[in-house]
Amino acid sequence: MSACVPAGVVRNKDLGYLIPEEEIQKTIESIGIRERRIADPGVCASDLACKAAERLMADNNIDPASIDVLLFMSQTADYRIPATAPLLQHRLGLSVDTMAMDLSLGCSGYVFALSAAYAYASMPDVRRVLLLDGETFSKIVNRKDKVDWPLYGDAAAATLVEKGDYGPSAFILRSDGSGRDAVIIRDGMRNPVTADSLIEKRNENGDVHNGLEVYMDGMDVFNFAMRRVPSTIKEILSETQTAMDDVDWLVFHQANRFMTDFFVKKLRFNPARVPYCLDRYGNTSSASVPLTMVSELRGNVKDGDKVIMAGFGAGLSWGVASVVMNNCNISPVIDY
Amino acid sequence: MELNDFIANFADQFDDTDPDEIRADTVFHDLDEFSSLIALSIIAMVDEEYDVQLRGDDMRAAVTVEDLFNTVKSKKA
Repeated sequence: MSACVPAGVVRNKDLGYLIPEEEIQKTIESIGIRERRIADPGVCASDLACKAAERLMADNNIDPASIDVLLFMSQTADYRIPATAPLLQHRLGLSVDTMAMDLSLGCSGYVFALSAAYAYASMPDVRRVLLLDGETFSKIVNRKDKVDWPLYGDAAAATLVEKGDYGPSAFILRSDGSGRDAVIIRDGMRNPVTADSLIEKRNENGDVHNGLEVYMDGMDVFNFAMRRVPSTIKEILSETQTAMDDVDWLVFHQANRFMTDFFVKKLRFNPARVPYCLDRYGNTSSASVPLTMVSELRGNVKDGDKVIMAGFGAGLSWGVASVVMNNCNISPVIDY
Repeated sequence: MELNDFIANFADQFDDTDPDEIRADTVFHDLDEFSSLIALSIIAMVDEEYDVQLRGDDMRAAVTVEDLFNTVKSKKA
């Protein structure tokens, strides 16, 4: 595994224009996000993903020709057409025999994409799957949106999944489209993009977005995650006949500290086994699970460690994975 | 469930607001300290104490603390 983040740092203590000065410290402590990495306007999620992939291949002596499948999970792809995965195949020097495709989900994305990588890697003629997950939410969040702007950061991570003799893994992947409006960019195909899409509007909470920027109902997302995430974690433990104490690491999507601390408390899980990187990188959407593994588990994870990953977000969509780490090389997080 | 207990639990979610300021008829959205994060604390408290999951619309529709108490009570029934 490897990860790449933009070098540019935005500190939440500097958000005085958005949040009253006396509330900034309290907000930082509650969401657990001190600073975030924000890409320059010309840098895309695929650029971060490309650099992470190059580092992964260099550190592990991976011949680009040996990659059979390339998956790119992102909601901030380079273009609406074409998909970004073929462009990454070309940039990374992978063979034209590579099956490359984009996957699209929000903060739940990595767990779903990992299940797809595992499924492909289990096919007879597939030996290596390169899973790239990158997001640049800075391009789709309004700087005057006090709900979203303090949360989101940009990042990408690369995961190489190889065929091999590994311990059992399990995934629970679920969807509930009745929650469509909880996290949404309204204008696109259903609501065509017009000149009006670019006009900023203030909602009832005083937050500002235009039709091409993310809107999130934080309370609905919290309600959804609270109902679904801890119970699905319990379910996967029961399905895999694993005791809570036998889980070595519980890696949450780095939504915000308030939320995930609440889940840890609800699950009565040992907080020392729950890694966090959101103080430095914020909520990086679907890249947050692998980024946390790269930044926090490097040098700490041992062969045989049982890792539970939990992703949840727009859709609504949520997934929990249970995997056993084996021969996993983790490169350091690099700056773009 | 008792209204007075609910009010006490509700008031516990605030750090700087005098608990005496929070009564059944308090329009909680107007409290200086009320914010989206306090709203999440209230949703978490209601989940823990009453095993009821409040949606964003439930929070927005309630004007007073008693309105929210009634929402929780009706969801619990």
